[in-house]
Amino acid sequence: MSNSDKTTSLEASFVDAFEAYAGKPPPANAPMPVNGLAPLNAMQGFRRQAMERFRELGIPSRKNEAWKYTHIPEALARGFAVFTGGSIPDPGAAETAQCALAGLDAHIVVLVNGRFASEHSLIGNLPEGVAIGGLGTAASTHPDILRNHFGRYASWEEESFTALNTAFASDGLFVYVPKGKVIEKPIHVINLQKTNERLFLQPRHLLVFEGNTQAKIIDTSCALTGDATFTNAVTETFVGERAMVEMYLVQDPGNDHAVVSTTHVYQDAASTFTAATVTFTGAVVRNNLNVLPNAPHCETHLYGLFLPSGATQVDNRTLVDHAQPDCVSNELYKGVLNDRASGVFNGKVFVRQDAQRINAFQENKTIVLTNEATMNAKPELEIYADDVKCSHGATTGQLDPEALFYLRSRGMTKQQAQGMLLHAFAGDILNRISIEPLRRMLDERVTRLFGE
Amino acid sequence: MAILQINNLHARIEEQNILKGVDLTVAAGEVHAIMGPNGSGKSTLASVLAGREEFEVTDGNVLYEGQDLLEMEPDERALEGVFLAFQYPVELPGVSMNNFLRQALNQQREYRGEEPLSAGAFLKRMKQCAAFVDLDPQLMSRAVNDGFSGGEKKRNEIFQLAMLEPRLAILDETDSGLDIDALRTVADGVNALRRNDRSFVVITHYQRLLDYIIPDAVHVMVDGRIVRSGGKELALDLEEKGYDWIREETVAV
Repeated sequence: MSNSDKTTSLEASFVDAFEAYAGKPPPANAPMPVNGLAPLNAMQGFRRQAMERFRELGIPSRKNEAWKYTHIPEALARGFAVFTGGSIPDPGAAETAQCALAGLDAHIVVLVNGRFASEHSLIGNLPEGVAIGGLGTAASTHPDILRNHFGRYASWEEESFTALNTAFASDGLFVYVPKGKVIEKPIHVINLQKTNERLFLQPRHLLVFEGNTQAKIIDTSCALTGDATFTNAVTETFVGERAMVEMYLVQDPGNDHAVVSTTHVYQDAASTFTAATVTFTGAVVRNNLNVLPNAPHCETHLYGLFLPSGATQVDNRTLVDHAQPDCVSNELYKGVLNDRASGVFNGKVFVRQDAQRINAFQENKTIVLTNEATMNAKPELEIYADDVKCSHGATTGQLDPEALFYLRSRGMTKQQAQGMLLHAFAGDILNRISIEPLRRMLDERVTRLFGE
Repeated sequence: MAILQINNLHARIEEQNILKGVDLTVAAGEVHAIMGPNGSGKSTLASVLAGREEFEVTDGNVLYEGQDLLEMEPDERALEGVFLAFQYPVELPGVSMNNFLRQALNQQREYRGEEPLSAGAFLKRMKQCAAFVDLDPQLMSRAVNDGFSGGEKKRNEIFQLAMLEPRLAILDETDSGLDIDALRTVADGVNALRRNDRSFVVITHYQRLLDYIIPDAVHVMVDGRIVRSGGKELALDLEEKGYDWIREETVAV
């Protein structure tokens, strides 16, 4: 069977799943109930169109430049059942508790296979008007917010995986912070995977931070399942005027779990958005992080740390689209590749014609520990304005032998010296994490990984 | 027993022969100075003794306390009490001085079957040793050599020497790049660390350091061999007459 045949059959399986899920197209103006949830008017609108678009775009293969190094059809070829609800094995309180972060006082949201699980979540007290919960419920509790924001930032017309997610979207994280509210404790989203069969999961998250708000989000995954999963997550984030938002994504699901994570961030005037994406394991991990600072005086910080081993592929693709003047963006992605792991960094910065006085910096540094590991780095700047300060760079190399020798000459074994240097290299990203229990957990994880 | 005995040592890097038959014996408690012009092989000798892998030993042997030094990994040499003060100390961004020294010290203690130092005892020791070479205690919370001045880097090497208490210390041009005050501080530090059971090999291009660290013996290295050995007055002769004097004599012989 040729590659294209395989791809076609992969797509056909999603189309079949969609037909079984959505049934016949609803009559005009009639909202369609999904999975017993309240009618999701805002979500329904695009559903069938999005599926059509997915059918046209197809599963990206390596012939597609943007997916050249990430083997999606191969990862899907194992065969996954599209999860559209149904019975979810109860993870149990004890299992859930082990996925929490030690010492972290947070608003805890548990999603089981992408579905909000209120019985496991510990959301606690919130400032007036703030909502943290499931997107499915929000469709009836906050219809206006969904109408104004859902599907506005993530483009199902252009992205195959976003189209697929949109076609099936029914639940995920929902955060709404109305004007002026500050969430002091971090919001910790725990993505639990629990299944006895290979599942294709499609959580859909919507985060809306109105003007002058502040919040920090931690997203971790926790695989309790014995079977493999493929997650296609889409997150839409609106950061209002003068809002300050930090998002931490920790990817450590184990090497049997594939992830495509697409995040679209819209920034309003003078807002600050910071993201850090830390990846340890996964069969294939593809992160699309797109930020649109669409008003002046925005500040954007994107950090990434990828430390794969085995045969894990980690592909980070970022886009900062400076459409407006007087903004700052700063991007630093660092990686350590072990065994046969492969890494991709494709960072794109656009500075549009009228976006003057932009400061945009982008850097990627990778250490390759073996001859079998590979790194592909493609930093890109496209500048159409003339009064800007921009820089980009990428380096890939090995540990400095002189630094290793220095440590060994003080009595450290090769392994210890290497661990110490790699830890320091990763520390450059870890030290930018402002939530101490999270930073500590990651620091310990890195220490274990490099075996100091 | 000699602490260090080098016999007919030959070494090369890539295809270039650098050491061409070095013989040197250092007894416990002695300070030996090795002088020589640029490119004579002084720093290569230090590198080979510390175990730098890019050099290949093609002939000869080195006994350290009667053991075959060249058979040991660089970290084993350190654990056995060999210390190299680097000519160009390496910057280690992100590796804190504190963590680096605690690991190094506890590694050595473990090797000797001792308990790791308590946090309090370690801190106390660190303060004492830093004061010893007049190293700013603020530097302890920084990354190793990262953003240190040239003088601070060199003092940091002697500070580590004080912390790790080796039995054989090799100082590779520790004086280069130091102003006279820093040179005196470093020399005072070294002098205070001299003991009956600790030997020093001091590699230097200039005689000045030897005004402060009085050696038991001075060796002159030219073209990969020690061509002359003598007492401390040999250093003064060299300072006065220059290396050409030795080179000419050597050629004449």
